Amino acid sequence: MPLIDIREITKVYQLGDVSVKALCSISLSIENGEFIAIMGPSGSGKSTFMNILGCLDKPTSGRYILEGTEIGTLGRDELAAIRNKKLGFVFQGFNLLPRTSALENVELPMLYYGVTAKERRDRAMAALKSVGLEGREHHFPNQLSGGQQQRVAIARALVNNAPVILADEPTGNLDTKTSEEIMELFTNLNAESNITVILITHEHDIAEYSKRIIKFRDGCVVSDEANVRGAKNYSVIGSEGQSNKGFDTLTL
Amino acid sequence: MINIPSTFKISFRALRVNKMRSALTMLGIIIGVGAVIAMLAVGKGASQKIADQIASLGSNLLIILPGSTSAGGVRMGAGSQPTLTMGDTEAILREIPSVADIAPDHGGIAQVVYGNQNWATGIRGTTPNFLNVREWQLASGRAFTDQEVKSGAKVCLIGQTVVDNLFGNIDPIGQVVRLKKVPFTVIGVLAPKGQSLTGQDQDDIILVPITAAQRQLFGTPFPGMVRIIHVKAKSTEDLFDAERQINELLRQRHRIGPKQENDFTVRNLTERLKTQEESSKVMALLLGAIASVSLVVGGIGIMNIMLVSVTERTREIGIRMAVGAKTWDIRLQFIIEALTLSLIGGVIGIILGVGGSKILSAFAAWPTIISPFYVLLAFFFSGMVGIFFGFYPAYKASLLDPIDALRYE
Repeated sequence: MPLIDIREITKVYQLGDVSVKALCSISLSIENGEFIAIMGPSGSGKSTFMNILGCLDKPTSGRYILEGTEIGTLGRDELAAIRNKKLGFVFQGFNLLPRTSALENVELPMLYYGVTAKERRDRAMAALKSVGLEGREHHFPNQLSGGQQQRVAIARALVNNAPVILADEPTGNLDTKTSEEIMELFTNLNAESNITVILITHEHDIAEYSKRIIKFRDGCVVSDEANVRGAKNYSVIGSEGQSNKGFDTLTL
Repeated sequence: MINIPSTFKISFRALRVNKMRSALTMLGIIIGVGAVIAMLAVGKGASQKIADQIASLGSNLLIILPGSTSAGGVRMGAGSQPTLTMGDTEAILREIPSVADIAPDHGGIAQVVYGNQNWATGIRGTTPNFLNVREWQLASGRAFTDQEVKSGAKVCLIGQTVVDNLFGNIDPIGQVVRLKKVPFTVIGVLAPKGQSLTGQDQDDIILVPITAAQRQLFGTPFPGMVRIIHVKAKSTEDLFDAERQINELLRQRHRIGPKQENDFTVRNLTERLKTQEESSKVMALLLGAIASVSLVVGGIGIMNIMLVSVTERTREIGIRMAVGAKTWDIRLQFIIEALTLSLIGGVIGIILGVGGSKILSAFAAWPTIISPFYVLLAFFFSGMVGIFFGFYPAYKASLLDPIDALRYE
């Protein structure tokens, strides 16, 4: 059973009388432990796709099965619980709570699920240590560099032991050197903890870290290929998930 | 599963960030709660004052006055016609079961002289029962006896004001004072009662046996005539019965035909005071109600600020939702924030309200009473205001779309 199984997902936005098709029928599956980069120009539907993967948005039609759970039938609070347990989010703008220490930011996902104060603290400390921020637990986001803030965000994504990390342009606000450090962190997490990493990026350099690159254009997947350079033990999975609407010829 | 202590901590932090704004928002609640407490304290003080006056008057008191004379269309007013007698007094006590005690009263104003001092005061000729009827204690000495009443002994009990004016530091017991040139021996001093409801000094009084007043001091058109009869009913519930039965009995005794008017009046003073007490309570509630309008206005202020806060913190809400906060987690966060505002405001308001009433009683000499029940009520009410007016902003926050919220700049 794949970790993520997506079948014929579409997303249509209704803008007045006009309906805009943000995603055409997309089918793909993602196995546990993959490292995927999603690429595509603005408006290609990659963010919409990411939101659906992240259980922040629901597809107009089609099925999304995450670890055997049918997401489409879940209510608001059930989706919140799925986000909490199974998914970790890393954003371009870090999205840390201001005026809140690194430690408390990392504790945040545990706050809503009855974890005792001591356990919250211990796990958050461990998560911060694992991203190399030991000793900066009580710093506020505005006292940390961009790279450090992103590490806090990654620690927050890790703290509930979610099997999947979704990163939306995680290096978009960072300089090249810091970007490399962050990508190495993702690579290590993927290799050592077998965490599935799915990230959106514009940059080929960043995508090169991944083992599989999915390209979007105009709401459709135009290519879905293994990235041999980034992945030594990679094998193509779910090739049926590749879109074949005649766009293949347009890619690369 | 909601983490209340953490949520309170989050609220405190959020409120600290905008100190000025939080303080101004609280001010509405502070004024509201303070006003409610001060107004209720003033109102309760006023009704307590009346209740005290009822107690000083003697509870369950009826007063019977003689009727009015009319000569050629000129009516002389209550008490101008001598119609009440000692016989009436005895008959009422004997025949009406709801009457606990009764005291006749015959007297007037006279100059009282002691040594080189003199003082004009009200003199009441009565029986020892008067002290019971009016619930009056003796500060020192003894009351006169039924025997002394029967014999018309020239003894008297004097009120505190008379003591102050005539005797100064001398112990009045055993001294002889002259009333209308007749010597009376002081045998007791009445305990002070203070002012009556109408502001009269109740302690400016001398009590003498009624027989002495009738024969030696004021005279009567006919033997046994009395000016006023004081009646004590057995209980407040008996007051109306007693009043009705006294009316019937006296009409019978005075041979008043069915169509004729009474030649006497029964006044129910306790009832009248009770009515006043009721109305002062209503007044207190009214003041409280007006003050609670400002509490509601304060609540609207909270709602306003919470709506702004929700908008400002849209991104924070998005982050919380993304990491798994459920609908009620978000809702409770904002409700608790509003509750924190209103409860802190409530506590400060209680302190100011209590302090304000104390200042009011100190400087304006208004009696105020702080009832712990009202303080709790105001605290509870301020909490309810917080929850009520915090709910809509919290509800709005919880319905945000996480994607939009995360993108909010």
